[in-house]
Amino acid sequence: MHQFIFGIYPYIALSVLLLGSIARYERDPFTWKSSSSQLLRRRQLVIGSVLFHVGVLVIFFGHLVGLLTPIQVFDALGISHGAKQLLAVVAGGIAGVMALTGGTMLLHRRLKDPRVRATSSFADTGILALLLIQLVLGMLTIFVSLQHLDGHEMTKFMAWASGIFTFDGNAASYVRDANILFKLHIFLGLTIFLLFPFTRLVHMLSAPVRYLWRPGYQIVRTKKRGA
Amino acid sequence: MKVRAQIGMVLNLDKCIGCHTCSVTCKNVWTSRDGVEYAWFNNVETKPGIGYPKDWENQKRWNGGWERTASGGLRPKQGGKWRILANIFANPDLPEIDDFYEPFDFDYDHLKSAPEMEAFPTARPRSKVSGERMEKIEWGPNWEEILGGEFAKRSKDYNFEGIQKDIYGQYENTFMMYLPRLCEHCLNPACAASCPSGAIYKREEDGVVLIDQEKCRGWRMCVSGCPYKKIYYNWSTGKSEKCTLCYPRLESGMPTVCSETCVGRIRYIGVMLYDADKIADAASVADEKELYDAQLGVFLDPNDPKVIEAARSEGVPEDWIESARKSPIWKMAMDWKIAFPLHPEYRTLPMVWYIPPLSPIQNAAAAGQIASQDDMPDVKSLRIPVRYLANMLTAGDEAPIISALERMLAMRSYMRSKTVDGVVNLGVANRVGLTPHQIDEMYRIMAIANYEDRFVIPTTHREVVEDAYDLRGGCGFTDGNGCSTGSTGGKLFGSRKFVTPTEGWK
Repeated sequence: MHQFIFGIYPYIALSVLLLGSIARYERDPFTWKSSSSQLLRRRQLVIGSVLFHVGVLVIFFGHLVGLLTPIQVFDALGISHGAKQLLAVVAGGIAGVMALTGGTMLLHRRLKDPRVRATSSFADTGILALLLIQLVLGMLTIFVSLQHLDGHEMTKFMAWASGIFTFDGNAASYVRDANILFKLHIFLGLTIFLLFPFTRLVHMLSAPVRYLWRPGYQIVRTKKRGA
Repeated sequence: MKVRAQIGMVLNLDKCIGCHTCSVTCKNVWTSRDGVEYAWFNNVETKPGIGYPKDWENQKRWNGGWERTASGGLRPKQGGKWRILANIFANPDLPEIDDFYEPFDFDYDHLKSAPEMEAFPTARPRSKVSGERMEKIEWGPNWEEILGGEFAKRSKDYNFEGIQKDIYGQYENTFMMYLPRLCEHCLNPACAASCPSGAIYKREEDGVVLIDQEKCRGWRMCVSGCPYKKIYYNWSTGKSEKCTLCYPRLESGMPTVCSETCVGRIRYIGVMLYDADKIADAASVADEKELYDAQLGVFLDPNDPKVIEAARSEGVPEDWIESARKSPIWKMAMDWKIAFPLHPEYRTLPMVWYIPPLSPIQNAAAAGQIASQDDMPDVKSLRIPVRYLANMLTAGDEAPIISALERMLAMRSYMRSKTVDGVVNLGVANRVGLTPHQIDEMYRIMAIANYEDRFVIPTTHREVVEDAYDLRGGCGFTDGNGCSTGSTGGKLFGSRKFVTPTEGWK
């Protein structure tokens, strides 16, 4: 079971994430959107959405850098494992509180506001609830981490994550003795990856940063053949 | 010189009777769907009033359109690119649906299904968004119809800027006009500029501004970017939508639905040639009052051999050049200077223009004492303040409005002497700087307004742009994945299943 969840399930989840997103983008581009409900109700959205998005983005890139950067890089930079863990706990903690506050506001709005509730799909509410549970789990792991500040525990997860991406068959064994909270957090995280293409989360793949270097402001399309 | 062709429109407000036929036919064709019940690609407002959505003209509140930077460049008023991206999680300038109105329907079924009761059953309103009961409808389309509501609220109208407006709240001095509004298909569209996804584009061949529904991600910056608030976020599909200028009709030489069905024959459609290289300069002149003149400077004279030569070399089709020569828009905007852009101060270079309305002489008792020459009263004594029209159409510059109103009055006076008295009154024509021939033509196009004079629309040239072989059996406008119904029964990604008309009959 452990081998399945931490050794095989990651590949299932990531494959569905990749292929599902490609299929959706190709097959049903009309459904690829952020699904904003700001037009229907502004209240609670402005603060909630900003806190949630900023918090989640910090956490997301924190995980990406923290888990996938080879441990040797940190060693070479002279950052001790303990210091790295402390950074993760502090930065992640602050961002986590932001995201949790914002997310709770958004979920409250989604469930309680008649307009937003009526126009929400099961996937809209479900994925927000899952993200909130994931945030709570992530915050709870902080208390586990605080019990061993040497950063050794964290390196296990780094080994696991890089093991998955380097097709290391033993990846699952690195996290066998981890705390159940971490295991739940990883499992739910992978499940969110699995559900990603079927929810509004796909909008993050079209984050329009390219806008910044679009030449000028205007867009003119021509239909002239060969143009 | 970069010659481009643009389909433009002129609305003769002097003849608008405010019947809303344009709005209703437009809605039936384009927005009778989920998510856009509240959207009117074309709507008719009674002025003075705050309009739809509320207070849309006030860019201090909504931050639509462009602003001139200190260095003389242009930037969307809601912010440059960084600023727009920074606001992507929550757009501070986005109107709420209540600023338009919460769409509703009535429980009509209750009228026939109600049990025996003491009182007559009534059909009570219900929200089209949440489906819940609405106890009281607070606002709706045309809430201010024919000056509905208190003057105190309507007088928040932005066009009262610089006017002692209190006297217009008095019954004797009240005035009214209609303003039908649609997308302006601007030469310098702020919506397209604000779209982070690059989904909004201007078509090179005819200037129509469209939203690519498959590329739109619903970042909703266009809604706040457009100063005319003519982009509507469809809360059901999560995409923005706008007036398409009925491009499928235009392409086959037909006028838009709103123009076709206008019972007052107030709408004109035609081609304008313009120099795309001059747009940036014209939109960024320092003085707002010069924006109207600057936009006139962008248009190219279709009778000028040099322009024709350049247009040909740019690949503008021959019949489009020919149509530009016959364009009613050119005549009204450039020859006679009686049509004006709506709020040029937004710096979008709009392409739906308006002929200001004449109005009765303000004080009937004083009518006899008003100085008049050739039966023409002083336009300053007209009921609608010239400044009000100028705020709306020329960024506050009264001179062009006065000239236009005088020319329209002169046309009436001239034609009256000609047809009633049988006298050609050259004096009145000369006084407003028109020739008798020009007045005859004005009369033919504005008063008689035959179909072929109102709509001079060249067809699109599919032979140079598309492979007609691929178009066989194509389906029309759909709200989804092209004509495909998909091969599976369910919809994995949550879009609605498209039902073809033939399937619907099964």
